[in-house]
Amino acid sequence: MTSPRICATSSSASGQPEMAQESWPAPAVTPFRDALAAALRRAGQIPGLATLLTLAGTVAFWEVAVRLFAVPSYLLPAPSAILGTFGVIGWDRWATHIAATLRVALMGFGLSILIAIPLAVLMMRVQILSRTLYPLLVVIQSTPVVAIAPIIIVVLGAGDAPRIVITTLITFFPLVVATATGLAATPPELIELSRSLRAPGFREMTQIRLPFAVPYIFSALKISITLAVIGAVVAEFCAAEAGVGYFIQVSTSLFKLPQAWGGLLVLAAMSLALFQTVILVQRLLFPWSLPKSR
Amino acid sequence: MAPPPAIRFDRTGQVFSARSGRVEALRDVSFEVAQHEFLAVLGPSGCGKSTLLRMIAGLLAPTSGSVEVYGRPVTGPREDIGIVFQKPTLLPWATVEENVTFPRRHKTGRVSRADRTRAQELLEMTGLEGFGKRLPDELSGGMQQRVGIARALLMDPEILLMDEPFSALDALTREVMGFDLLKMFADRPKTVVFITHSVTEAALLADRVLVMTGRPGTVQTEIAVPLGRDRGPETLKELAVNDLASHLRDLLIGKRAA
Repeated sequence: MTSPRICATSSSASGQPEMAQESWPAPAVTPFRDALAAALRRAGQIPGLATLLTLAGTVAFWEVAVRLFAVPSYLLPAPSAILGTFGVIGWDRWATHIAATLRVALMGFGLSILIAIPLAVLMMRVQILSRTLYPLLVVIQSTPVVAIAPIIIVVLGAGDAPRIVITTLITFFPLVVATATGLAATPPELIELSRSLRAPGFREMTQIRLPFAVPYIFSALKISITLAVIGAVVAEFCAAEAGVGYFIQVSTSLFKLPQAWGGLLVLAAMSLALFQTVILVQRLLFPWSLPKSR
Repeated sequence: MAPPPAIRFDRTGQVFSARSGRVEALRDVSFEVAQHEFLAVLGPSGCGKSTLLRMIAGLLAPTSGSVEVYGRPVTGPREDIGIVFQKPTLLPWATVEENVTFPRRHKTGRVSRADRTRAQELLEMTGLEGFGKRLPDELSGGMQQRVGIARALLMDPEILLMDEPFSALDALTREVMGFDLLKMFADRPKTVVFITHSVTEAALLADRVLVMTGRPGTVQTEIAVPLGRDRGPETLKELAVNDLASHLRDLLIGKRAA
């Protein structure tokens, strides 16, 4: 990502003195500068190092700025204060909250897949369904989930059910749309081939259309999995006894801002991990569907 | 009585009703293709050449006149016909061998040992020996189109429809593919309808060339190619081929200028 760029700049910076060394006596500083340039070049090739340095730099700047200007912790706590809360809260409490949020996010996401893909297939096969369901889906999508969430909580009562439904509502629209697009994007030649073979319709779906939709579905899954975390948190804001979103809300109401920031950090890490998992699943199960890196 | 021709078009027309109005793709098209004949259909783009193929395959019903295959009107999709498309359109997730056996797996849900043996034969015949386990992505454009041809031949169809199959390939690959195709038909004769917009390709490969005019597509003329089936790279140098090619070119360009 950013690492090749660092590699390129460091090598071009080092190119000059290296060439100069051959033609005439080298200045005394060159060996050191060369070594530094070479080290930078090697560092540029370590994957993720640039990202890590950027992150570390940002955190360091944050820490120094907060201390230097004595920013009150309810405005912006220092990174050290945020990390300190992890020890105070204790890992078992963190684990409880993380498990609660993860459970809702994953179950909502799973339910969303179970509904969205068959629905897209059905809409592809039955034209009338497509015409009648699509406007309905758009209406659901246009309604802010944050606004329906309290209503759903009231209707479905206590337990995970309302939270899972909220998560499903927020995640399934991109999935339906992407799957439907993918199913329709199949090369028309293969559909003609299927028709000329007089093959049964379900095989046109399972052997041609669905596999061709896989790249589309995975693009949507990547969007949906991060939306799932948002859905779970929104639901926890409305009503919950546990969960990272619930934890953030409680911490904020108690003016324990470093704790709330800690919760935020956990959510970001969770989203990132889930996103990477989706990418990993695609790479393992459908390597052919990845964009060609050339 | 003589046996009926493999394919017969009798005053066939095709009109599409689009949102913007009626589009006449073909008008009053009549021609015949004899058993095991190689017919090239030559014409400007948009003259309804592909529509012609789709009507033979039974994917499209004529709006007037009739299309007959072996003396019987075409009423629906026919399985005894192989189709090679302009683009190879292979399944990117399936190996070359799985792509070749795809028609069987798609039709019946399973592939027999005999099918796999047949696929192996076809891969040898199309010069793809040893590539069976590769993915289409690892193959060049020409090799991918060879897979497309092998796929079309899996069910051993009597009639092979080819829709500008080599138009996406470079000139050299194109010539080699053409001659390889003729070599294949020498062993296993097929009735071939070959759509092209290359005059040289039509002259080099076909027994007969059907020249069409554009919008709506009509038959301008039919020309027999004065060459035997035994053709190779040296055929390119023959005067007869060059004469025919320039004659065909005149027909196409003359019509456009008029």
